[in-house]
Amino acid sequence: MSDKLLNVKNLRIEATVYPPGETPKDIVIVHGVSFTLEKGKVLGLIGESGAGKSTIGLASMAYGRGGCRITGGTAHFNGEDILASSKSRVRGLRGSKICYVAQSAAAAFNPAHRLGDQIVEATVLHGVSSRAEAMERADHLFDILGLPNPKEFGQRYPHQVSGGQLQRAMTAMALCSQPDLIVFDEPTTALDVTTQIDVLAAIKHAIEETGTAALYITHDLAVVAQVSDDIMVLRHGKTIEYGPVAQIIETPQEEYTRELVSVRSNIKSEAEDQSKPLLTIENIDAAYGNSLQVLFDVSFHLPKGQTLAVVGESGSGKSTTARVITGLLPQRSGRVTFDGRDLAPKLADRPREDLRDLQMIYQMADVAMNPRHTVRDIIGRPLSFYFGLRGREKEKRVIELLDQIEMGESFIDRYPAELSGGQKQRVCIARSLAADPKLIICDEPTSALDPLVAEDILKLLMSLQKETQVSYLFITHDIATVRAIADSIAVMYQGRLVRFGPKSQVLSPPFDDYTDLLLKSVPEMELGWLEKALSDRKMEAAGN
Amino acid sequence: MSNANTSPPAGPGPAGGFFSSNPLLALILQRILLGFVLLLAISALLFMGIEFLPGDFAQSYLGQSATPEAVANIRKELGLNAPVHERYLSWLGGVLQGDFGTSWANKASVSEQIGKRLGNTLFLAFWAAVVSVPLAIGLGMIAVHYRNRFIDRLINVVSLGAISLPEFFTGYLLILFFAVNWGVAVFPSTVFADMAFTDRLAAIVLPCATLVLVVLAHMMRMTRAAILNIMSSAYIETAELKGLDAFRIIAKHAAPNAIAPIINVVALNLAYLVVGVVVVEVIFVYPGMGQYLVDAVTIRDMPVVQACGLVFAAVYIILNMIADVLGILANPRLRHPK
Repeated sequence: MSDKLLNVKNLRIEATVYPPGETPKDIVIVHGVSFTLEKGKVLGLIGESGAGKSTIGLASMAYGRGGCRITGGTAHFNGEDILASSKSRVRGLRGSKICYVAQSAAAAFNPAHRLGDQIVEATVLHGVSSRAEAMERADHLFDILGLPNPKEFGQRYPHQVSGGQLQRAMTAMALCSQPDLIVFDEPTTALDVTTQIDVLAAIKHAIEETGTAALYITHDLAVVAQVSDDIMVLRHGKTIEYGPVAQIIETPQEEYTRELVSVRSNIKSEAEDQSKPLLTIENIDAAYGNSLQVLFDVSFHLPKGQTLAVVGESGSGKSTTARVITGLLPQRSGRVTFDGRDLAPKLADRPREDLRDLQMIYQMADVAMNPRHTVRDIIGRPLSFYFGLRGREKEKRVIELLDQIEMGESFIDRYPAELSGGQKQRVCIARSLAADPKLIICDEPTSALDPLVAEDILKLLMSLQKETQVSYLFITHDIATVRAIADSIAVMYQGRLVRFGPKSQVLSPPFDDYTDLLLKSVPEMELGWLEKALSDRKMEAAGN
Repeated sequence: MSNANTSPPAGPGPAGGFFSSNPLLALILQRILLGFVLLLAISALLFMGIEFLPGDFAQSYLGQSATPEAVANIRKELGLNAPVHERYLSWLGGVLQGDFGTSWANKASVSEQIGKRLGNTLFLAFWAAVVSVPLAIGLGMIAVHYRNRFIDRLINVVSLGAISLPEFFTGYLLILFFAVNWGVAVFPSTVFADMAFTDRLAAIVLPCATLVLVVLAHMMRMTRAAILNIMSSAYIETAELKGLDAFRIIAKHAAPNAIAPIINVVALNLAYLVVGVVVVEVIFVYPGMGQYLVDAVTIRDMPVVQACGLVFAAVYIILNMIADVLGILANPRLRHPK
């Protein structure tokens, strides 16, 4: 027995999968992973989706999500193997000694109960302290976590507070019972970059204040570098590299880690001539219903064969702008000009040629495809709809398109469920290309993908642009993506355009306040970045 | 924090500042108003429907002695010669003042009769509800806890069996065993005005049991389905990772979010307990609304039929309206706006 807080040895986790048309089979998700965690330390688990990091985090609470079964190994918590403990013993530990912070606090809080009641519930039930004491501690935690009006906050229902506040409330819930260990499962992934930095700082501060140990799970190495003492890099359920944070960031040993550490390369250099627009929108005002105005006087233009990145946090009006351009939400006033002609505000009034010229790619590729259609049907549909292709001709074109997206003929009979996330997005790209469009609106096409897969998709989009001279209106909240692919950038904030121009100009000083905040909030792969960014902010606040 | 979507517009709605500041109250008032409009429409439909019914009170009342003069006399006496809309309006006017007219058959006040009969029916329905609703919801929760295991299947099969048997069959089975063979229950279930409360209760045991068996399965299965639907939510996983025990998770974390569909199905079944008891009342010779209606239909005593129809419709609408309002109140987003 050791004096470690958590000692996981040879953890093995299996799950049963049900591939369509085949017999169910067991697959191994985690292959013999081991790690240790001392009191008060933070271990970062990092890897792409499917690497098994959340599964390992939950296994540290002796919990298997969905059909996951822990089939081997030990996990000693304070000297006791929780994988071998009785159900009631494990239940006694959960919520009192080991707590959990979920990725989406918005979904993880019960909408029917007040936040305060949920936050103290486990602490009181496990007999850690009385309700009054727990409430007092919760108020104190709200204060540490920088929540507004700590006294009132607990009285609120989850829908009454913002996403960033909910994530902090979830952290307060985990800290309330004064646990020895907290599992943070991607606690800032669902947040806007400007919110993420605050929540990250709050979490770090709270961990330091309370002296709890933590497992911090994320796919963003720059984030985990700010909070961890050690880092474990995972891939396909195996440990790739495990060591102190400085060693992983500064002298990575493995090729995979080096790829993760390397800053995203500049895939495309900025086009010089940006004067001949393909798409122009002028003074667009748009509203949902009669009263909720979401776009105020937005104007920008996009030249042929180039990429315009529209950047902003959620609620800034990026997607609404796309809906106006596609005709899904007719504008209240303003004008959309495309390829020298005016586009009718309403989708129903647009001729088929306009529909063909404008295609879309979505963030969630799997819900953008009919799960009962094969790749052949999905890519073939626009071919018959716009060009009336049939039979062998259509088949030939589908195969050409599959080659263009670097997948090949062998995928033609697959269903979406049989494709990986990156492959699904490629099929969506092929479907939009099938219409031979002049403009593709890409609505966060890479934000649901892992960094390395996302980079491949971006490279594909850029090479297709070179081949076909298609323009992209690229909606994203990720500054790194913008730097990599944009020719011009439009920054939006609360429904208004705050900055627009060629990339080099938008990303260089002098900045307006919002762009400055946005750029400074993007985590950098550098130890101590968080502290520096925060102190920069404070100095500015003091200077003002 | 910047979130343009979260701040609702402050502009006055069509109903003015009061409703836009009290959206919950506005919704509830809207439901209640809608209920009244519906009831009015039903009264018209009811009146018209009965108007078009074949057969005639005078004919069936007089039977063999229905000479044309006698029929005409009775029609005149009952005011049946006035145009339809006039008769409808005068009837409606009476109803609004609580007067359902007099029975054609025995000249008694319909309102008075209905008062007694409705009391009896509600008494039976109330006790059936008191037994069946908690039982159904409790069994539903137990079924969720043991989902796809033996206890769940047993609950499902037994309640399905109970709903699959027609109520007259269940009723006679209960009479055969409990009243005839074992002699532990009272039959017939007739109650009188001056009966002691305990005797009343004893009298309605069998019809009450029949009704419970009929409505149980529907409510139980809906409760099970609604809660199971919630059990896959992220916040249930949170509750599990907080180390809460299984029943607390189901009762405290899942059930409150499943309440709206459960309330709806409970309301439907409560309405059935009042409106659908006709057969059960006849089997058990219970002097409720159902028997009153059946007797009136046989002799085409229209004021009674209309009154019963309207009361049934009102019960149905009121129960569903209450369900709607409770469903709205159960939604924390509406109860506690931002």
